[in-house]
Amino acid sequence: MHPAIYNALWLEPVIPFASSFVLLVAGRKMGRRAAAWLGSCSILASFLVSLAIAVAWEGAPYTQTAWHWIAVGSFQVDMGLYLDALSVVMTLVVSFVSFLIHVYSTEHMRESEGYERFFAYMNLFVASMLTLTLANNLLLLLLGWEGVGLCSYLLIGFWYGDEANGLAGRKAFIVTRTGDTAFILGLFLLFNQLGTLDIQPLLQRAAAHWHVGAAAAEVAAFLLLGGAVGKSAQLPLQTWLPDAMAGPTPTSALIHAATMVTAGVYLIARMHGLYELAPAALFAVALIGFATLLLAGCSALAQHDIKRILAYSTVSQIGYMFLALGVGAWSAAIFHLVTHAFFKALLFLASGVVIHALNDEHDIFRMGGLRRKLPLAFWCFVLAGCSLAGLPLITAGFYSKGLIIWQAYSSPLGTTWLWIGALTGAFLTALYIFRLIFVVFYGSEKLAPQHFPGPAVQWPMVVLAFLSMVAGFIDLPVALGGGEHLSRFLAPALPLVAQARPTALGEIGSEVIAAIVFFVGVYLIYLFHLQRPSLTETLMAGGFTQGLHRYWYSDWGMDWLYDRALVRPTIAVARADKHDVVDLFFAGIGALCGGLYRALRLTQNGQVRRYAAWIAAGAILVMVVTIW
Amino acid sequence: MTHMGLLLAAVLFVLGLAGLLARRNLLMILVSIEIMLNAAGLAFIAAGAAWNQADGQVMFLFILAVAAAEVAVGLALVLQLHHQTKSVDADRANHMRG
Amino acid sequence: MPVLFGFAAIIAIVATVMAISRLNAVHALLYLVPSLLAVAVAIYALGAPYLAALEVIIYAGAIMVLFVFVTMMLNLGEASKRQEQQWQPGRGWIGPTILAALLFAAFLVSLLRAGPPTAAHYVGPHDVGLALMSTYVLGVELASMLLMGAAVAAYHLGVAVVGKQQKATEAETAAKVGAP
Repeated sequence: MHPAIYNALWLEPVIPFASSFVLLVAGRKMGRRAAAWLGSCSILASFLVSLAIAVAWEGAPYTQTAWHWIAVGSFQVDMGLYLDALSVVMTLVVSFVSFLIHVYSTEHMRESEGYERFFAYMNLFVASMLTLTLANNLLLLLLGWEGVGLCSYLLIGFWYGDEANGLAGRKAFIVTRTGDTAFILGLFLLFNQLGTLDIQPLLQRAAAHWHVGAAAAEVAAFLLLGGAVGKSAQLPLQTWLPDAMAGPTPTSALIHAATMVTAGVYLIARMHGLYELAPAALFAVALIGFATLLLAGCSALAQHDIKRILAYSTVSQIGYMFLALGVGAWSAAIFHLVTHAFFKALLFLASGVVIHALNDEHDIFRMGGLRRKLPLAFWCFVLAGCSLAGLPLITAGFYSKGLIIWQAYSSPLGTTWLWIGALTGAFLTALYIFRLIFVVFYGSEKLAPQHFPGPAVQWPMVVLAFLSMVAGFIDLPVALGGGEHLSRFLAPALPLVAQARPTALGEIGSEVIAAIVFFVGVYLIYLFHLQRPSLTETLMAGGFTQGLHRYWYSDWGMDWLYDRALVRPTIAVARADKHDVVDLFFAGIGALCGGLYRALRLTQNGQVRRYAAWIAAGAILVMVVTIW
Repeated sequence: MTHMGLLLAAVLFVLGLAGLLARRNLLMILVSIEIMLNAAGLAFIAAGAAWNQADGQVMFLFILAVAAAEVAVGLALVLQLHHQTKSVDADRANHMRG
Repeated sequence: MPVLFGFAAIIAIVATVMAISRLNAVHALLYLVPSLLAVAVAIYALGAPYLAALEVIIYAGAIMVLFVFVTMMLNLGEASKRQEQQWQPGRGWIGPTILAALLFAAFLVSLLRAGPPTAAHYVGPHDVGLALMSTYVLGVELASMLLMGAAVAAYHLGVAVVGKQQKATEAETAAKVGAP
């Protein structure tokens, strides 16, 4: 028997749905205060339910079915929620970080128009995300998937008065849609082959019917990977995330750092049974993660918009999660997902403070010397930045990223090349984040800050900063004296990594090298930006470096490539078909009938002799045909 | 001999048809119709003679009755048209246009 | 019999051709009468004397008389000859001739495909009468009803014309009387 609190599981997505609906319908009438309270408290309620469930967690999976959604022949889909260790962790993180960001936005969004609409969309987003993580079947997961995509579009283009925001939202929607198409095709294939979309029975049937490397498993895994790649902004569909920074900062923090972009990671982790049967697809996951973390790291190094740096950083960190999934380190990916949610959200919130203080200035080279006047933002950036880059032993990021780096090396599917790539990525991370910190907070002051954060902004940031430090201890590796609690907790849902392959370096050795990489990176940036800026100038003077800088700034030319290869031909075809060539056929039928009518009308001229002539001719024709 | 009868009927029918299509005077059109009816009746008689049955002649009798009725009514209509349009031109009766 | 038939056939054809091509309506009718009489002889030659008689009595005797009456009433004589000339350009005969030729060709073909020619059996009035009064008695009754209907219709259509004409002449005479 399960604890009674489990019965409240359905409240987790439903409360935010209900509050979103209320805010959409009656938000304006409610006024700003009421909207802010309703929006934040609904997420708090969701968080408290997930916390209560986590406290009462007994370890056995639990399914709650609300009603039978679709029942057509052999196709049965329920509105079902599935609770296991993975869902517990995900819902806790999602609801907690969402709550903190909602509190932050009650103050941050105060000067924006459409305040109530913002909370409505954010609540809808959280509801969809919780549906996604709790769904017990792939169709309900798809519902949540699409819901978060919709809210992402709505929130990116929140300030719709400026056309550029709408275009950014549209780009996000179209690019993720490309991935979603592959996802839906994957669903078709899975249902066709296995007869069900309920996740746990599907995985059992897959294991029973398909051997490792079966073609159907591979294709299905690749198709689902397509959806994950789109939603998580990995290569080749990462182009939408930097442009999505057009939305409000809390949106970027919640959706594009902590939750929606991790939906792809969650999907692959949830479907790990399928990926274990599809080694080629799993290797593709690792490869995509490897390539993305390096490419995005380089791009982040060349940006000068503060939020775009963080956006590329997100793409890169999710690349780490994909890498972990690809080598079979499922719980390591989830661990990094959790810590990343904390420190990346904090980075975005802090950048929101900076941007707001300087009256919507985004360019870091127009900022400088802010560390005295904006101490909260400064310390949050430092703590979160260290966590992101992996300051040894006292930051959460060190442990989660270190675990991934180690698993890339030692897991049965890991290779040395993956390990070296992960270390290079860590090096790049240290470079770009400390470049950001040194440029914005050190040096001479160029713009004076004018708005300073209030308590609603400060407290969530403090909480997140604390978590960015201590969250690492939940999965401390045994080699460093820890209990690996998170991995053990997730073990029923996500299998532990199989026996590590024999390697030259042990876990401690890998962690030490990662620490060295961190310090070298920080020192180099310190050297180039603070101690001897002239070095930067000589470096950037060269033609090669300038070209490289331009290339990395434009995200390795991917936007240009997509524009030339996909966008322009599509627009050309649409223009050529402006009058709808296919419709010509149907319009032609109408025109043909009209023409026939006009022709036949001419015979009705009232001239009886002509009628007689036609009758005679017709009769003769019939006669001739008969005797033929 | 009956084939000759049918052939004669065919010739007369065809002549009547030509007259019907070529003439513009309503009376002449009615005359051509009569010629055609007569020829059709002749064909029936030839057929009845070939099969050695009275049915052919009976049919011709009915055709005769129908032709008489049709001529009566048709001529009355021609009279009406002449009264209204003062001519017997078939092309004058073209009010029922589409 | 065959000689008689052939002779009658030739007369019928010639007379019909003349009938359909005359410009003067009265002349056309006068040519039609011998055509009908020739057809009656042909019918007699085919062994149907009763119907030959009926052809003369009804067709040539009643229907043609009706035509002549109406033609005379409409006063279509010499005056209309010029009108007919105007209406009948020579090239108006091309289309009808073609259609007629096509039809005749069709007839010929079907006639040629028929079996060997049969002799014309004599079917006397006795057999015709028997057939009429037994098998076809319903048709006889229907034909009589048809004739009755035609008579009524012709009367109604005609009296309207004649009535108006009478009223017109009366009005004329009244005007003439009343004027001086």
